[in-house]
Amino acid sequence: MSVLIFADQAHGKVKKVAFEAIQYGAKVAQQLGVSATALVLGAADNAELEALGSYGATKVLHVADARLNEVEGSVFTKIIAAAVEQEGAQLIVFPHNFDGKAVAPRVAARLKAGFVSGAISLPDTSNGFVVKKSVFSGKAFANVNITSDKKVIAVMPNTFALEPTAAKATVAAFSPAVNDADFKVKVSSTETVSGEIPLTEAEIVVSGGRGLKGPENWGLVEDLAKALGAATACSRPVADTGWRPHHEHVGQTGLTVRPNLYIAIGISGAIQHLAGVNGSKVIVVINKDPEAPFFKAADYGIVGDAFEVVPKLTAAIQELK
Amino acid sequence: MKILVCISKTPDTTAKIAFTDNNTKFNEAGVQFIINPYDEWYALVRALELKETLGATVHLVTVGGADTEPIIRKALALGGDEAFRINTDSQDSFYIATQIAEHARKQGYDLIFTGKETIDYNGAAIGGMVAELLEMPYVSIAAKFELSGTEATINREIEGGEEIVKVALPVVVSCQKGMAEQRIPGMRGIMAARTKPLAVVEPVAAEALTTVTSFELPPAKAGVKLISPDNVAELVKLLHDEAKVI
Repeated sequence: MSVLIFADQAHGKVKKVAFEAIQYGAKVAQQLGVSATALVLGAADNAELEALGSYGATKVLHVADARLNEVEGSVFTKIIAAAVEQEGAQLIVFPHNFDGKAVAPRVAARLKAGFVSGAISLPDTSNGFVVKKSVFSGKAFANVNITSDKKVIAVMPNTFALEPTAAKATVAAFSPAVNDADFKVKVSSTETVSGEIPLTEAEIVVSGGRGLKGPENWGLVEDLAKALGAATACSRPVADTGWRPHHEHVGQTGLTVRPNLYIAIGISGAIQHLAGVNGSKVIVVINKDPEAPFFKAADYGIVGDAFEVVPKLTAAIQELK
Repeated sequence: MKILVCISKTPDTTAKIAFTDNNTKFNEAGVQFIINPYDEWYALVRALELKETLGATVHLVTVGGADTEPIIRKALALGGDEAFRINTDSQDSFYIATQIAEHARKQGYDLIFTGKETIDYNGAAIGGMVAELLEMPYVSIAAKFELSGTEATINREIEGGEEIVKVALPVVVSCQKGMAEQRIPGMRGIMAARTKPLAVVEPVAAEALTTVTSFELPPAKAGVKLISPDNVAELVKLLHDEAKVI
């Protein structure tokens, strides 16, 4: 019996959300008195794989097949099912990120395993196997009991702080049969912003709204983000008018982020925007309108002109660092 | 071409979230219900656009009781051709996906669209589960969908960008913003929807693998601490010493 964790990677680097999933899986394994095995698909070097031990995986199964560098949901599902069989896994843990969403539900259906996505607590096994998840777009939580023998949990990103140790994992090659004909979805191109912190993984997010008046003022947001080592985001009107790309839009119809610190500049805080950020641990709102609804959801607020306040804030942070 | 759009009934985005029966049931009192926005604005409207440009029959399916019929009629008013209501309480995602997959197996679809998630349960599970049960490919969180013959070109969201994938039909796609623009049903559509077929289908035997034992509301915020715009140093100090986030 064991816990198997799908450790999502991109360009040979295991993602931070996967570290979080591994740590979560390892803690559940400890709770159940079983071992935690991480599964990495696609090319990755040995040091990278061994290092997953620092998040609690005792073993790493690696399928070193370059065809798996990008996710193909049905192929990944077959491989994960084969690993579940080999390891006798009863719980399979995924990060609840883009790739996790592409694969975890398939795996759950294939294994007839109860599925909880967006988990924000370790399971309570005192009466069943109850996991807390975020529902109603962050406005409430549900405690969900998984009643099936096999279970699949997708862990909400940025929910569990990482506690790495110096431990190393044993790496074992895993080579299930994969035919070229199994690859039905083929990636023809990828467009990503390189060298920046992925918004969904960022610990600090600086976000701008219509209050910034125009794309020429975006430097205010970028300078503050740079001083903080933060990712930048925007509200829906900013993405809709094309000041910023859609993949920076947070809110109900955009991304959901859960950073430690979310700084909103010139965003009124419509309920649809709050749905994308209400999992943030600390929210700072800078807005010249004291009636902006965002202040009700904020921990700290400054009622003032962003064009005056933000440069001062950037300078104060640079001074601190 | 035959397209299936899976629709779900959800509370309006601005609905007050509260619970009854010892926090085990969503309090529906005074709540307005809508078609889950991702299902309507993106999945359904893109299916209708494909119908208009390439010719297709658009079927709708929902799993739920008679109380879901107003939202089904609205989806028909927007331009769906025929609707199926699987007459059972929507239990967990595996149960719902099993019902939809069973319906799809009987009908045979070239394309199955869902929203990327519902705004109430936020499961993001149905599309992937239906695809697996039907052994079809699945493309999740699509922002763009183009069809040329039987080959689809789909933009799928990934961390910090997009991936463009190609796949041959049939395929299951979960849809998000970018796929299409919201439409308002016209009077003609509303009139036509009254007589469009809405079949009530009995569920197949299936089991739910999860149950919600209770709901909770997040702890109330302590209230905003306001800092003078002339004293940003105070904010930095609070973030550093009190909140410990920088």
